[in-house]
Amino acid sequence: MRIISRGFRGRRDRTEGGRLPPGQYLVRDFPVLSAGPTPRTKLTDWSFSITGEVDEPKTWTWEQFRSLPTETLTRDIHCVTKWSKLDTAWEGVSVDTLLEGVETAAEYVMAFSDGDYTTNLPLEDLTGGRAWVAFAYDGAPLEPQHGGPARLLVPHLYLWKSAKWVRGLRLMNDDEPGFWETYGYHMYGDPWREQRYSGD
Amino acid sequence: MDETELRLDGNAVAGILQEMFVPELTAARGRCVGCGEVGEMGAQHLYMYPHAPGAVLRCRFCEGVLAVMVRGGGRVRMALHGLVWLEVPQPAAPA
Ligand SMILES: [Zn+2]
Repeated sequence: MRIISRGFRGRRDRTEGGRLPPGQYLVRDFPVLSAGPTPRTKLTDWSFSITGEVDEPKTWTWEQFRSLPTETLTRDIHCVTKWSKLDTAWEGVSVDTLLEGVETAAEYVMAFSDGDYTTNLPLEDLTGGRAWVAFAYDGAPLEPQHGGPARLLVPHLYLWKSAKWVRGLRLMNDDEPGFWETYGYHMYGDPWREQRYSGD
Repeated sequence: MDETELRLDGNAVAGILQEMFVPELTAARGRCVGCGEVGEMGAQHLYMYPHAPGAVLRCRFCEGVLAVMVRGGGRVRMALHGLVWLEVPQPAAPA
């Protein structure tokens, strides 16, 4: 059940006007979490691909990717380790832009990254202006420890779904678990429903 | 930020392992599937963060995943697929 209380103007309650999901606490800094060492892929070796169940796979070099239309956005982000950070400012390419002209019957996506990290998401959670491949944070190029040169950003799900160092999206007909999901993290990961572990 | 700040000593894995295995496991040795090197579990690289449900133990030679542990939802799940084998010292028989 999702209850958002906007409250009265100027009111600040424990949940920051209903912006803090259950079980979360606020942080001002940006904690670094990772399942492994930080990959350092040179921009000249970097590419982004749409693969899997598509009529024609697509690939962009860094230069081609950076010539795509970009969006700036400000969103709250929520980590499964219980910290939340409000009003984070990003710049990125909308996944809608990357999927333009892609013909697919797939309903799920496996995001894949340098360092062999993967995470699964429903395709509809990546479309409709809800997901980006972000390359800048707070007005500066995204630092490697935060997923640079580019990371997936899906702010309405727990942050492990926003794969750092993302290199592409593999479209799938059926849902498959990614890295953490294989070991018991939730397949969907909605912070408002506290979907931390499978079975939650 | 220095990578070493993000990484705990593999000895920190002991508490989690003790939930699943009775003997002291940091002295156990394992062979990496990726590179074939043999190392003591306590000397490997553990990626784990405060309040994180998941921990990843990586080979200190090749950074390949040796083991993954996720706790939460009332259970601990452990995957050891990055180990060819795990060798646990046998306690000496009582005299
Ligand atoms: Zn190895």
